[in-house]
Amino acid sequence: MKSAVIVFPGSNCDRDVAVALERITGKKPAMVWHGGHELPKVDLIVLPGGFSYGDYLRSGAMASHSPVMREVIERAKAGTPTLGICNGFQVLTESHLLPGVLMRNAGLKFLCKDVWLRVENTQSLFTNRYAKGDIIRIPIAHGEGNYFADPDTLKRLEDNDQVAFRYVSAEGEVTDAANPNGSQHNIAGIFNDSRTVLGMMPHPERLAEPALGGTDGRKLFESLLETVA
Amino acid sequence: MPGSVRPLTDQEEPRIVKARIYVTLKPGVLDPQGKAIQHALTSLSFEGVEDVRQGKFFEVKLASSTREDAEKKLDAMCKQLLANTVIENYAIELE
Repeated sequence: MKSAVIVFPGSNCDRDVAVALERITGKKPAMVWHGGHELPKVDLIVLPGGFSYGDYLRSGAMASHSPVMREVIERAKAGTPTLGICNGFQVLTESHLLPGVLMRNAGLKFLCKDVWLRVENTQSLFTNRYAKGDIIRIPIAHGEGNYFADPDTLKRLEDNDQVAFRYVSAEGEVTDAANPNGSQHNIAGIFNDSRTVLGMMPHPERLAEPALGGTDGRKLFESLLETVA
Repeated sequence: MPGSVRPLTDQEEPRIVKARIYVTLKPGVLDPQGKAIQHALTSLSFEGVEDVRQGKFFEVKLASSTREDAEKKLDAMCKQLLANTVIENYAIELE
């Protein structure tokens, strides 16, 4: 599986996700600078976490107009699997590859901690190695992860099973207390309608091997390895 | 005047127009920053602060030949970059 990690000025999780991809897929991903128009032919595009363009204007807004994004958007629309983590999720919504928007956390604070997620849909390239309803521990690190969409969009996401992960309690209950940032419907990650694009605020690459303190994020990359050519 | 040629066009020469653009949260979208500012004002003893909504303000200088053209361009700028229309409204004032 060949992958590319897009690097924006201000990305800071690009190396972490590259290490996870290399360890799990056995292949070094191509690191692609945002200013280039050339994107190698790959089976997976990753938009990493960080603070692209210093979060100027809105998180992800400037990055979504980077030169390389024109090609990323075209490929993602044509079906190339695309994963956006944290700032990458914000770039995906600003690029309209995913619906909705990530607003300032309801509590206004930057949050950096482990949270519990429930795997809501395993019928995807990204989640097939999990079992439906799995409760997994994944870290979040964001100030703007409060998922918002209009009621019609939310209904469509729910009706089409496009919610990938939800913030839950350790027992797997969807509660307000388990919702770290005020996201509607406790949404932590969503797919596009063909489930070839996934955006998620939590960082699976940060718990992808025992030395990091956990491996709950590993199956996401293993899922891709299994299903992506 | 000998040698002087005027371009045969009814287009005006481009000139610099100044626009003010206000981007505000749509009604109903929660604004925790605005709420925090409201609380801060109240704790500074300003009474009667019923609500605060925080927004953004841009001044744009734009070379444009007609007012219509400027309005069209500014509207496109708001839609494509300056505002996220999922949660924000925008208003354009041309000087």
